[in-house]
This record gives sequence, C-alpha cells and structure tokens, in this order.
Amino acid sequence: MLTKTLTVALVGNPNTGKSTLFNALSGLRQRVGNYPGVTVEMKKGHFFTGNTTISLIDLPGTYSLAARSPDEMVAVDLLLGRRPEEPRPDVVLSIVDATNLDRHLFLTCQLLDLGEPVVVAVNMMDAAAAQGIKIDCTRLSSLLGVPVVPIQANQGVGLDQLTAAICDAAESRFEPTGPVFPQQFNEEVEKLQDELGGEVSQFLTRRLLLDVGGYVEQWSLQLHGEQLKTSLLEARQRLAEAGTPVPAVEARTRFNWVREIVAAAVTKPRTRPITWSDRLDKVLTHRVWGTLAFLAVMFLMFQSIFLWAKPLMDQIDGLREWVAGSVEASLSPGPLRGLLVDGVIKGVGSVLIFLPQILILFGFVAILEDCGYMARAAFLMDRLMSRCGLSGKSFIPMLSSVACAVPGIMAARVIENRRDRLATIVVAPLMSCSARLPVYVLLIGAFLKEGYSVWLPGLVLFGLYMIGFVVAPLVALLLKRTVLKGETPLFLMELPAYRRPKLFAVIRRMLEAGWAFVLRAGTIILAAMILVWALLYFPYTDANGTPYSERIAAIEAAPDADSAEADRLRGEWMRGSYLGRTGIALEPLFRPLGWDWKIGMAAIASFPAREVIVGTLGLIYDVGDVDTGAIGDETADEDARKKAEGLAQAVKSDWASDPVRGPYGVSVALSVMVFFALCCQCASTLAVIRRETRSWAWPAFTFAYMTILAYFAALVVFQVGAWLTDLLKGPV
Amino acid sequence: MLPNPGSPGGLMAGTPTSLLSDLRPGDRAEVVAIAGEPALVQRLYEFGLLEGDCVEIVALAPLGDPIELRIGNTRLSLRKSEAAGITVKIT
Repeated sequence: MLTKTLTVALVGNPNTGKSTLFNALSGLRQRVGNYPGVTVEMKKGHFFTGNTTISLIDLPGTYSLAARSPDEMVAVDLLLGRRPEEPRPDVVLSIVDATNLDRHLFLTCQLLDLGEPVVVAVNMMDAAAAQGIKIDCTRLSSLLGVPVVPIQANQGVGLDQLTAAICDAAESRFEPTGPVFPQQFNEEVEKLQDELGGEVSQFLTRRLLLDVGGYVEQWSLQLHGEQLKTSLLEARQRLAEAGTPVPAVEARTRFNWVREIVAAAVTKPRTRPITWSDRLDKVLTHRVWGTLAFLAVMFLMFQSIFLWAKPLMDQIDGLREWVAGSVEASLSPGPLRGLLVDGVIKGVGSVLIFLPQILILFGFVAILEDCGYMARAAFLMDRLMSRCGLSGKSFIPMLSSVACAVPGIMAARVIENRRDRLATIVVAPLMSCSARLPVYVLLIGAFLKEGYSVWLPGLVLFGLYMIGFVVAPLVALLLKRTVLKGETPLFLMELPAYRRPKLFAVIRRMLEAGWAFVLRAGTIILAAMILVWALLYFPYTDANGTPYSERIAAIEAAPDADSAEADRLRGEWMRGSYLGRTGIALEPLFRPLGWDWKIGMAAIASFPAREVIVGTLGLIYDVGDVDTGAIGDETADEDARKKAEGLAQAVKSDWASDPVRGPYGVSVALSVMVFFALCCQCASTLAVIRRETRSWAWPAFTFAYMTILAYFAALVVFQVGAWLTDLLKGPV
Repeated sequence: MLPNPGSPGGLMAGTPTSLLSDLRPGDRAEVVAIAGEPALVQRLYEFGLLEGDCVEIVALAPLGDPIELRIGNTRLSLRKSEAAGITVKIT
C-alpha cells in the first residue's frame, strides 16, 4: 500500500500548551531543525495514522505573523513555503487557549489569509469549564469556516479527532477566508502589489503595508529602494486620513470579526470569576510579598545548584579517578597512557562534571517557566536590570552564573531579544563562579590568614565576589552602548496564567539541556583538554633521552619509594614542556603583575578550567598533584589535606625567598586572585558561548575582553599594592 | 485624526483622561487612545488592547516599574515608559 506524507505546521501563542500537544502527537520521534542565518530552532516530529505519515513542525510561539526580525520571519516564510529546506505545509494547525479565545483567535484569523487549509485545536477545555466558559465548537467551526476540535493536550484527550480533522482538511484542500478588510485598505494593497511587479503575494503585501518598520518592509526597501519608501509613506498617510490607520486597521478588522464569532459561539458568566491566577498574583507580584517570595525562590534555586550538585559532582569525579586509575594500572607508561589518563579521561570527566548543575538549573528553569513564574520574576527584577541596559529576563541567567557560567549562559535562551541575550551571555562569565573558589582559598590561606585579623579572609573573599557583581553590569552597560547598541527592546510581555508544571515535561527539558551540552560543547572542551595535555606532556624525555614517566615509575616502584624525588622529576618534566617553555619565555609579560614564570605558566595551563591552576602549581612547586577538592575542605582525607597545605606553604616560602618579589607576597596573591576573578580561563564557558551564539566571534570576543580586563586589573592591583607596601614599610 | 496622546482631554474635551502610567494598583480604566513606537502599538493591538476596551492595573513592581495589567483574561507587563503612550479614562 502506498503511504503518503502530510506536512503540518503547528502554530500558536506562547503558553498555549503547544509543546505539550507537539510532544503528545509525536512522542519521541522528534528532532531539532536549525535554519541558516537565524538562531531559532524548530522541532520536527512525525507520527502515523492509517497509511499516512504526518510530519509535524513546531513553530516558535508567537502572538502574530507580523515579523519584526529575521528570526520571526522564518516562521512566516515556512508557512508560505518560502524556505528551501521545508515543503509548504499541507495543513496549518492553530492551537488556541479555551480560556482566552478572543485573543488567541487573532492569530488564527491571520493564518486564514495564508491560503492553506487550517484546523483549530481548542486546548484547555477543562480550565475554561472551571471558569464557567462554555464553547460550542460546532458553531465556532461553522462561523470560522474551518474545522474546530476541542482537545486536552496534557491528558491526550481529543487527539484522534484532531488527527482525523487534519487528514480531512488536507484532502478537501479548502482554502479558508478571514474577515474582509476595508475597501480603501484593499485598494492600497492592490496598488502596492502592482508597483512591486506582481511578484509579491497578497499576504506579504498586506504585511508590508501593515508592519511599520517590520521585517517585510526592511527587506522590500532593500530590493526596491527610495521609490517604494515614498509610496509606502503616502499609502499609510491616505489610510490614516480615511480613518483606517495602520496598524490599528488590522486589529480592528480582525478583532471585530473574532469577537462577534466568540459572542455567538461562547457563553461566559456575566461577571468574570476570580481565578487562581488572580489570587496568586495578589501575592506574587505584590511589592513586598512578591519580593520576599522571589528572594525565597532564588535562594532555593541557588542553594540547590550548589548543594545538591556537590555530591553528584564528587561521585562523577570519583568515577573519573577510578577509571583513570584502572587505565593507569593496565597500561605501561608512555604517551598513550598519558593521552588516555590526562587528556581523554580528564577531558570527559570535566565535561560530565557540569551535568549535575546543568540538570538542576534547567529543572528549575523548566518548572518556573511551565508554572508561569518566570515572567513574574522578570517583571519583579526588570527595573533593577534596566539600569545596566538589560531587562528582567537577564536576571536568572546572571544569578545562575554565580554557581557556574555554563548553565547560566544556557539559561539565557529565555531572552528573546538578540542584543540583550548576547550582552547577558558575554558578561555572565564575569560573575564569580564556584571554580574560582579553590584559587581564592589557596591564596588567601597562604598569605592572608596568619598575622591578620580573623575577619580579613572573609572580607577579601567577599570583595572578590563583589568584583563580579560590580563589573558585570558595567560591562553590560558599556556593550549596550557600543557594539550591541540598538533600540531598547519592547519589554511588553504576557504574564501567563499559573499552571501546574508537568513532571514529564520538566524531565524532558532537563535531559535536552544536558544532552545539548554534552554533545555540542563537550567535544570542544575535550579538544581543549587534549591540547593542553599535549603541550604539557611533550617533550617527554629528559636530556639523556630517557622518558620521565619511566624514571618516575622506577622511583615509585622501589621499596623505599622517595616520593619527593618523584615530585621533583614531575616538576622538571613540566618546566621543560612546550607550555613550560612558553611560560618562561613570556615572563617579561607577567612581571608587571608581580608574577614569575611559575604563576604565568600555571595561569596559561589553567585555560581548560580555572581550578586546574591549583594542580598545576602543585606540579611546578614539586609537591605533586594536589587535589583541588581538598583545598579548604576540612573533611578531605589527611594526605590530600597535607598536600594542599604543603602547596600553600611552598608557594609562600618560594615567594618570600624571591629578592624582588619577596616583600610583596600579599600584593602578588591579590593580583593573581583579581586576575582569576576577571579572566575567562574556562574552555567550557567558551565552548558553550560558541554553541549558544553559533559563532566563534563571540567566544573570541569574550576571551579577549576578559583577559585584557583581568591583565590590567591585576597590573593595577600589584602596582598599587607594592607602592602601599613600600609606603607602610618605608623609612620613618 | 487620532487624538494627541499625553495631552489629557485631547480627544473628548470635557472628559477627564489620564495616562495609563499614572494609574495605581486596583484602578480600572477605559482605553481612549494608543500611541508610541509603531512596534509597541502593534504589539498592544495584537494582545487585544483596543480603543474602548477596559483594563485593570493589577500591580506595580517593587521599584514602581513595570506595571502589571489585565485585559480580560490576558495579563501584561509593560514599562511605565511604554504605558505613557496610552491615554485612558478612569471608570
């Protein structure tokens, strides 16, 4: 039997249950489609009914077909069959919210003009019934002129009828018509169509006339130039004089039509009942109670990213060590073992270590979005964020970045405006993430604990965190005034009705985010880890041509193993490596910061991740591989703690013995910490920026501006610190 | 001609009008005129806010801006600067 394929486009307002319907229809048979030149992703799925395969495209949620950006235009082009990647849809499936039919049918009404069969799915019939709203779908169908199917997407009710209606509509090829626009308007559209040479469809010509400064206008003016601009202005002027100004003429024509139909097919209670959303908003958007509730939610989210993720991360780390140990035991020393243990396994481990935080944050983001609170959070925080040129929507990505920039940058997806989203992504890594903590704790412990007030370490740590909170908004403001300059985006947004989030949908979002990270950012992180490993590993033989790994293995195999000698050899190996040589060669560059080649090299080697600096310093100072987790952790096992303390002591005594730097230990420590507060030594962050912006330019820009900022801040800190030290200790 | 927004009483001399941005939580009003940036005006229309419709101010954000608005079953959040183009008549 021959099978046929129908292409169906799913269109609807945000928060209509569109994704729920999409998932209910296509189950797990779905994939994400990307489109060149734009950042939107559309999901595509398929399902079978009889001998028909239905291929379903989930268009981004939208309130209107009036496209204002290339991203919004993708949906319109796709519906009109103007995208080369996709066939023109056979049927347009319009999903509407039963509790808010008037407004949702506005978009349906625009879809009727496309000249394709339309099927309307009225979702959330139960919520409407609870509010006393009765919808006569048969009557609605005959008035709209298209099939109308009541459904309950979250319970899978009405899906068979919906599928049948889609197949029938495709068969009938009936082209619906919407309301009739005023005569003057139609005349102006015809005139414009003639002027454009008849090659532009009526649908697009209407959009050209209606959407002042919209995408169709921008695109047509590029093609036709000044001539069209003048005629467009004159046409709009004539319409305004005739009492049918754009864009009001569209809203009036469509809403008059829709409201009349709704009045005939829907019975509502005389007075609007108080809904749960009304009651909740009384508290949750209240100036005082709303703010308190918001702080509580943010605190809970933040704590769980930190606390719940920690045990999982420790387990992943333990697993990585176990695998590394097993490989180490079963392979003889050499480049292959080095590549597997220090390159691949470390690399894979450092990708997986982010998963707990990403999953937890996205669980929160999914719950907050699904229940409708995300928009309230943006509402509450908007004023604060608008001071740095952003909007309330940037708050959660920025806050999440205090735990880790990687999930924070991914959470920036909730920001629709491209420039705001980019500004948020680019400044998010400035927020002090948890990977900076080991660096801070090591140096504060070595230089600022003994002989100072007990308050000082805490104050310094607080100050280092504040750097991020102060610098990030300033950089955002600067970016919004320069490279990301543009009109202030509209803040106007819908605060959707509160709904109970669905566990399955939340888990789905978490897994999607985790998978996207592992698949697309993970490969880049792995590559960076292997590169740095190779630069530290080669050349791997000493002056006599004996591999270091063999010498170390020989020492450790001896019955009276001299671990200090092994650590010394590891240090020598590292200093002779390509990266070590680079560090030594670049020393003049680090001098003004008060650094020697050891710190410089450790800073360079920490490119894959900041916390790597601790391990690298351990190797350089011949104390062996220090476990980053043991720094400042009172519960770590004794051996690990001793090594961590040993490193702090080694760093301190080495710096004190330096004739030039000797007296300035504190300034050097501050300079290193400030550098790490501001730099972007984190391959994962850069990889995730690459993935989220789909360009190498933004990660390159982020790395460059943060490194320059970090360098000069560290320079100032050291120079001022050294000057102050001299001043205080100077001749009296 | 559309009334001149921002000048209370522009359209119907004698009827006291005010700007949506000046209303307090709990206030209800009827929309008299919508003006402002083309993109904003169009988006407001698309949300079903037309001249003659009734709106209710639900809340003000902690720092007094933005405003939460209800039109029928639709709730919108808009900044005061955006609401300043909407002329209303308090009911």
